[in-house]
Amino acid sequence: MNTTVARLTARGLFGRRRVLVLLAVPVLLLVIALVAGNSDQDPLDLAHSVLGTLALGTLVPILGLITGTGVIATEIDDGSIVYLLSKPLPRWQIITTKLAVAIGATWLLAAVPTYLAGLIVYGSADNVALGYAVATLASGAAYSALFLLLGVVTRHAVIAGLAYALIWESLVGNYVKGAKTLSVQQWGLSLAHTVAGEGMVTAPVALSVAVPLLILVSLAATALAAVKLAGLTLSGEE
Amino acid sequence: MAVITIDKVSRWFGNVVAVNDVTMTIGPGITGLLGPNGAGKSTLIHMMSGFLAPSSGSVTLDGAAIWRNQEVYRQIGLVPERESMYDYLTGWEFVLANAELHGLADPGAAAQRAIALVEMEYAQDRQTGTYSKGMKQRVKMASALVHDPAVLLLDEPFNGMDPRQRLHLMELLRRFGADGRTVLFSSHILEEVEQLARHIEVVVAGRHAASGDFREIRRLMTDRPHRYLVRSSDDRRLAAALIADGSTAGIELDWTEKALRIQAINFQGFTTLLPKVAREAGIRLYTVSPADESLESVFSYLVSS
Repeated sequence: MNTTVARLTARGLFGRRRVLVLLAVPVLLLVIALVAGNSDQDPLDLAHSVLGTLALGTLVPILGLITGTGVIATEIDDGSIVYLLSKPLPRWQIITTKLAVAIGATWLLAAVPTYLAGLIVYGSADNVALGYAVATLASGAAYSALFLLLGVVTRHAVIAGLAYALIWESLVGNYVKGAKTLSVQQWGLSLAHTVAGEGMVTAPVALSVAVPLLILVSLAATALAAVKLAGLTLSGEE
Repeated sequence: MAVITIDKVSRWFGNVVAVNDVTMTIGPGITGLLGPNGAGKSTLIHMMSGFLAPSSGSVTLDGAAIWRNQEVYRQIGLVPERESMYDYLTGWEFVLANAELHGLADPGAAAQRAIALVEMEYAQDRQTGTYSKGMKQRVKMASALVHDPAVLLLDEPFNGMDPRQRLHLMELLRRFGADGRTVLFSSHILEEVEQLARHIEVVVAGRHAASGDFREIRRLMTDRPHRYLVRSSDDRRLAAALIADGSTAGIELDWTEKALRIQAINFQGFTTLLPKVAREAGIRLYTVSPADESLESVFSYLVSS
């Protein structure tokens, strides 16, 4: 961790207009939770749609995308990354610091609101809210690492990330059986299943598969991002 | 002593060769990297600053490879051409952050010294996003100088500066050169380079076209044959009168342009001869324009010589 890099990154991430988009995510989730909580549907069904489909399935990947790419892709795009890279700093340190900021933001803006939304919709019974919150913590971290890597390797990180989040995670990961094993969202769900009370949350991927994959993907993405950053090339001629 | 050695370096992007087998040594003092736009100056500076790998050959600082070697930045200060620099920071915060990133013992003092050096104290509490081009350039300088580097690399540092800012920056660079630091800056403007640099390296179309003292290169550039396009009240008579003089090498009547194309051997001689001859013969001159004064043609002449 490098405090200067963290400070610059956090100010860049929460500065400008991006902060409004970032804040919109938890606000939206809480408003929907409040509206849903007042309806007369089955609370457990509501919890699954609000916490599972909406929060874990849609908002967490989108937030991970905004923070993961926001902590580095913007700087690479506008060229200000030179000021970080023209320093005797180990590249892995720049990456891990930026990742920490991205994960922190994702947790603050996605995991905490998910827990609150869970309390609103279902209360603290059966650890359902807690289970989904843990799921968003884990998936949020993995998404941040993946999207940070995307931000380093491609100039079209947001488009690529959006395509991945919408097509793979939301569509393929939800409906194609085999693909579920390779979906960050399903790994999170596996944690929710474990934390929540017996039979409350169903998860297709076993915990013994989900946890190692979560760790492996996050570590590999981070390591690769550090290697790619060390070899970052500035565009040639003006 | 900090010496950058570029040894048989080529760099290509796909099928395009940006830098073609260049060998040069940049030592203490000020060196100007001169060449038209797109000649490969930025590519060379990117390789010297560790942001681009040479496709072949080697770029080293005192024998140590620069690519993928972040330790070289203890010695290198880089002033990039692009302007974006964390617009939401004030000048002070920006320079301070750079000092901290270098891991300096007293970043505050270092930042203060660097800002004083470029005389930006008066605007240090404003956000850099509100700065003019020249002010940004100076704060970028301060960020590059904050760790007192032995090597300073500047990519087109005078772009967008007004004359006063230009003089100030030149003065600053001169001082660094006199301190025995290695200063390299790129420019596509000959006058800029010759005001500042004793030693000039010329690149044209990715090739190393000339290297040496600025007087030598200046002489090469002004002594080349000049071409002019001339329109007058009587082109044929003017041509006849001109060709008699030794400073003219050839004249062509261009029917489509309805003008004379004149090749002069001696720049000084021809420019005094033409009006004199025209007046004596009673011919009015309508157009006198240098046909190949573009920098590219000057440079291509250098390459061919």
